[in-house]
Amino acid sequence: MTTVAYARRATEPTTEAAPRSASNGWWGMVLLVATEGTLFAVLLASYFYVRFKTSGGWPPDGIADPKLLRAFVMTVLLTASSFFMYAAESGIRRGRQRALVLGLGAAFLLGLAFLGLQIWETVVVARELTPRTDAYGSLFFTVTGAHSAHLVAGLLLMAWIQVRAWFGVYSQRRHLGVQMAAIYWYFVVAVQLAIFVSLYLTPRI
Amino acid sequence: MEAHVERLEKVWAEPAGIVSFLTSVDHKRIGIRYLFTAFAFFVAAGIEALVMRAQLARPREGLVSPETFDQLFSLHGTTMIFLFVTPMLSGFGNYLVPLMIGARDMAFPRLNALSYWIFLASGLFIYSSVPFGLAPNDGWFNYVPLSEKAFTPDKNIDFYALGLIFITISTTAGAANFIVTIFKLRAPGMSINRMPLFCWAVLATSFAVIFALPSLTVANTMLELERNWGFHFFQPAHGGDPLLWQHLFWIFGHPDVYIIFLPAIGIVSSVVPVFSRRSIVGYEWLALATVLTGIVGFGVWVHHMFATGLPQISMTFFSAASFMIVIPSGIQIFAWLATMLTGRPVLKTPFLYVLGFVVVFVIGGLTGVMFAAVPFDQQTTDSYFVVAHFHYVLFGGAVFPIFAGVHYWFPKMSGRMYHELAGQVSFWLVFVGFNLTFFPMHVSGLLGMPRRVYTYPSGLGWDAYNLLSTIGSGVLAAGILVIVLNVLWSLRRGAPALSDPWGGNTLEWSTSSPPPHFNFPVIPIVRSADPNWDLEDRRQDALRLERGELLLVDGHQTLATTVLEGEAEEELHMPSESIWPFVLALAFSVVFFGLLLHLYGVATLGCILVAGSIAGWHRPQRELQDQ
Repeated sequence: MTTVAYARRATEPTTEAAPRSASNGWWGMVLLVATEGTLFAVLLASYFYVRFKTSGGWPPDGIADPKLLRAFVMTVLLTASSFFMYAAESGIRRGRQRALVLGLGAAFLLGLAFLGLQIWETVVVARELTPRTDAYGSLFFTVTGAHSAHLVAGLLLMAWIQVRAWFGVYSQRRHLGVQMAAIYWYFVVAVQLAIFVSLYLTPRI
Repeated sequence: MEAHVERLEKVWAEPAGIVSFLTSVDHKRIGIRYLFTAFAFFVAAGIEALVMRAQLARPREGLVSPETFDQLFSLHGTTMIFLFVTPMLSGFGNYLVPLMIGARDMAFPRLNALSYWIFLASGLFIYSSVPFGLAPNDGWFNYVPLSEKAFTPDKNIDFYALGLIFITISTTAGAANFIVTIFKLRAPGMSINRMPLFCWAVLATSFAVIFALPSLTVANTMLELERNWGFHFFQPAHGGDPLLWQHLFWIFGHPDVYIIFLPAIGIVSSVVPVFSRRSIVGYEWLALATVLTGIVGFGVWVHHMFATGLPQISMTFFSAASFMIVIPSGIQIFAWLATMLTGRPVLKTPFLYVLGFVVVFVIGGLTGVMFAAVPFDQQTTDSYFVVAHFHYVLFGGAVFPIFAGVHYWFPKMSGRMYHELAGQVSFWLVFVGFNLTFFPMHVSGLLGMPRRVYTYPSGLGWDAYNLLSTIGSGVLAAGILVIVLNVLWSLRRGAPALSDPWGGNTLEWSTSSPPPHFNFPVIPIVRSADPNWDLEDRRQDALRLERGELLLVDGHQTLATTVLEGEAEEELHMPSESIWPFVLALAFSVVFFGLLLHLYGVATLGCILVAGSIAGWHRPQRELQDQ
């Protein structure tokens, strides 16, 4: 009797109800973020390794502490964009197309503003410090450069999702693309927080 | 019933021909490609090894120049680790994981094709250095400062660094694919504690890949930036530190030892119960030991650096962690031995290779424990004792199981039996040849012979041991040649194999040999860890096929289940053939050759091609996108 009951349960996929556990795409994106997150962890670990191996001050003698204001504004902008992303994602989960389009649009524009400020920041810093100056400069630009590359990838992904959202591709039940873009974007934002704390705040300690 | 199977044939069939060759997403075809390609690299690395042994056969031999010798040992190590063992085991995983868990394909079939093409492209990238005499020449772990521009101005190191960054893409994508496949596509009823141990091993390995490989990527990227773009990471004169390379390399490198070793013990755990004719002893212990090995493997990297003058306290910590790794290894060995002793062993070729593995691996493990002791390590580091140790661990721990797997699954993959006598002859040649090659190295190492030397003077007491090693390498090569001939002969002339020639316990033996494109005509339902020994369940599968239940014949379909319990959840539509994975791999090749040759315009063009290929791949089809 138990066999029959089991077989019934197992052979009837619950396609009618929404899936109970995370989909393949969700897992794929989480694993991508996990491995890319490890990449940044290794980069920042290298930064601190070189810092603690350096005798004397940090940044090394003759190099000024990184300026806080612009980087702070950038971090705030990017953090704000993640809230808009969240609004878009939770909007489409309730079937609200307007929330999706507006949320994605705002998050994208804030991301774009961040990219503009990042370029400005790079130009300003490069007046005194370049990757060829020393290991400090190399690490500074490698970390921020790697983050910018991921940011651009995130922006491209968001643009793609945005265009599809305009055409009404996503619905309350079908919005895996939005979910995946959101996971990636939160990752980009989280890395910026780690960079701000590591590269901008800790040299002042 | 016939109608259902015909419909499945039509939906899943991939026509023959070159287009199908380039667009295939069938995990079985991709798996076999992995196996053949990796074996070709194994042959190349083996030839490199034989040349080295010929050079070292006697003192002051002049067969190859010191420069060539440097390239030989560097290429040999790099090939064995990155182009043979890892992809060979990916090949077994690709072929077997969907079959073992009762699925019809991998979770991301096109990503799977991409992994293979990138593996092939990066392997050819590294080997394209050989005709120009520019093969990597700084050892497989490529230490700075020797690998920096000032000391190795030619492109040898760029081939190495860019090639490894390239192949990392393949390995990482493959690992993510394995994890999602194992988490989501198991047959209904295959809860995680009923999963074949081979899948546990692939799962643990894949997580190790996800967290270990970024470190290799970072290290090689830094090296390239330093060599070609004027960055500084490793030069003390510019505020850097050469030990940073060693840390980054071994944070990857030691977990990589387990990335190599774990799938191999997965093969052992598959072969042991079938040839002992009983369920494996201590299934849960083996599964936990597998996971534990994968985790502890991340905490032992510094034992490769005991001789670099690190603080005593950190060496103590890593020494303790290195001793700890003995515990899960011991659990595994005793579980296998208990299974063999309480079963009724059948001494066929796969089982012989497993027995050989146990003997060789225990010896390698014992010398490994010796290295965990800091003072001993400092005495023997960079000597032939180390060479002996890691060949016992890697050849014993990975290659013996691979040969066991080759013979064990040959009937399933080819539909024919291999020649048993030839198989047993190959085992004895490999076993004797291996020990004759590598055991004397323990002695020559303790007598002070350093590794990586291209020759040595006579009168140091090393001559006889080196000659023995060289003779042994010939015997070993003869054994491998017998395996190759056996495979080639059996592919044409072997006796036809039934679906289950060994009385196997896992689901791949429940379908025909070779399996149909769709693997299973009906998705199996599972109620134990030895599903193919549950005759009643397999009879129920056949009945459901008659009744037309759970057939999933509308397109490339398979069943998604929950991660832990393996309860049926939804029918998935899988993507079918596509040319984009191949195109994307070509586009990546353009990027890497552009970077290698400093043709940055070409590299930029390659990046545009990569972006274009990704866009082409994902152009809306409303298939997989929004499940």
